[in-house]
Amino acid sequence: MMTLKINGHDHEIDADPDTPLLYVLRDDLKLNAAKFGCGLGQCGACTVIVDGRAVLSCVTPLVLLKDKEVTTLEGLGTVDKPAPIQRAFMEEQAAQCGYCIAGMMMRAQALLQRNPKPTDAQIREELQTNLCRCGTHMRILRAVHRAAHLMDTAELTNEKGSPR
Amino acid sequence: MSKLRVLAAIAFVVVIAAAIAAFAIAWRPVIAAIEPPAPQSFDRALVKRGRDLAAIGNCNDCHTAPGGKAFAGGLPVPTPFGTVYSSNITPDPDSGIGRWSEAAFRRAMRFGVDRAGHHLYPTFPYDHFTNVTDEDDRALYAFLMTRPAVRATDHPNELSFPFNQRFIIAGWKLLFLKGGTYKVDRSQSAEWNRGAYLVDGLAHCGACHTPRNGLGAEEANASFSGANVENWHAYAINAQSHAPVPWTQDALFHYLRDGWDADHGTARGPMAEVTANLSSVPESDVRAIALYMASVFGPPPQGRDGPAKGNGAQAAAADQPGAAIYQAACATCHESDRPLPYSGIDLRLSTALSAPDPRNAANVILSGIRPVSGERSPIMPGFANSMTDDQLVALLQYLRSRFSTRPPWSGVDQAVRNARQTETVALKTSRGSDSAPGGLKQRDKP
Repeated sequence: MMTLKINGHDHEIDADPDTPLLYVLRDDLKLNAAKFGCGLGQCGACTVIVDGRAVLSCVTPLVLLKDKEVTTLEGLGTVDKPAPIQRAFMEEQAAQCGYCIAGMMMRAQALLQRNPKPTDAQIREELQTNLCRCGTHMRILRAVHRAAHLMDTAELTNEKGSPR
Repeated sequence: MSKLRVLAAIAFVVVIAAAIAAFAIAWRPVIAAIEPPAPQSFDRALVKRGRDLAAIGNCNDCHTAPGGKAFAGGLPVPTPFGTVYSSNITPDPDSGIGRWSEAAFRRAMRFGVDRAGHHLYPTFPYDHFTNVTDEDDRALYAFLMTRPAVRATDHPNELSFPFNQRFIIAGWKLLFLKGGTYKVDRSQSAEWNRGAYLVDGLAHCGACHTPRNGLGAEEANASFSGANVENWHAYAINAQSHAPVPWTQDALFHYLRDGWDADHGTARGPMAEVTANLSSVPESDVRAIALYMASVFGPPPQGRDGPAKGNGAQAAAADQPGAAIYQAACATCHESDRPLPYSGIDLRLSTALSAPDPRNAANVILSGIRPVSGERSPIMPGFANSMTDDQLVALLQYLRSRFSTRPPWSGVDQAVRNARQTETVALKTSRGSDSAPGGLKQRDKP
């Protein structure tokens, strides 16, 4: 039994310490945004954020997560109130089949949190571990730039005191 | 009084003589600049041969900065004396070697002196290149002079006094540069001699794999005994090898040619660039290198027949903190039945885990192994984001105790901290798209 903080809430997890985080998210907590792609850490579909950094949840056992905080796509925004990264991906229509997109968004989110204005090259470098077989890479690239812009302007509005 | 004068006069003469001698040792003449030769003036077959030789010499690796233009230099090379930046060896007339004659190029290769007469730092491994024949220097010259000229002024070196004084290199050369080209060993086959010529000359394997003395020269009596380079350990490649399974000629050929071998795993770190280059040169040269290096390794020593497959090297306590991490994060690939290079290697075969220190293992776990674009190649995710230093230390200690027959490592904490610091630099496992001297395209049309 261990306590795991996911999307701001503590969860009691009853699983072996070598259980991959992805299984706990999908099977036990029904947080299904992170996808099972290869199970080997080679495709990026299972990417979530742990303590601000993108992590492949299929090869991250619970034993590594003691005292850490997990964020999944569900923790960023909802259908009614999408987060900037989600809005940007929708507005650029970056998804084709969509299987890789949750992972793409999580890795892009982690990038934007530490580098709010990444260059094309930096985005490509960061996302190279995430595979998309539909070929929407150019839209994904545009979506990340758009998200950077949205986050930037959202912060400006906040500074002026407008409600988020 | 007169006696003092005589002494003073003698001292004066000695000082002047010493100054003249030092000048004679250090001074090298300028070789006249030439009009940059037209690329068409070089024989195509010669250029093609130069391309293969440049790949064997791994020239692109040091003379191309990450993301930079091929052969335009600018790569920082850390040394114990400061940082030396590689130079632009494209035929640009002003910032490259466009005005160098073939004689100037040959002098640089053989004696480490540039066209203007400056001594070059031995970071440029002319202690090996001195072995290269005139013929091969001519081919290399033809290849380099037909590359696209790139305007890129050399980055100044960052060396402290006295190492920033180039004339002291002349003294270094007196001590450590043995002139003369490769001497054929008549008692050995032509193929063995070819391999020795390449290994000790152009391929300069010892530059990484031989430890260096306090003055930065290779220790003559410790050839190929293994050395630390850029936070990687270049393994011993002689009888002192730590490889769990002894290297054979076939394994060496496969590893050097394809970048991996079933009994040894995959090349990564700075070696990945070497094997990528060797994948594109004449097969006979790689076979010759493998033959010669097998003789350097020598027959497998007693008791090193390799681990018995199917058994753990040692019974490691399953309740060690690293055991659960291994089971969940590593075993899914490293204990799969898929064939190499797509699966993880059986870690009992890993040289990294049997190495003298854990730096290579730490580097790979943190950064992973990137796939090489356009090639069938292994891939491993990096765990830098998901493991804390303590967790990585626990994992490394477990891996060592379970998969190696050697005693536990000491200083694992420090090794992990170092690996973490150089994580991004250490990620040199795939060649840049245009840094290699020849993809297929370039190979077909020199």
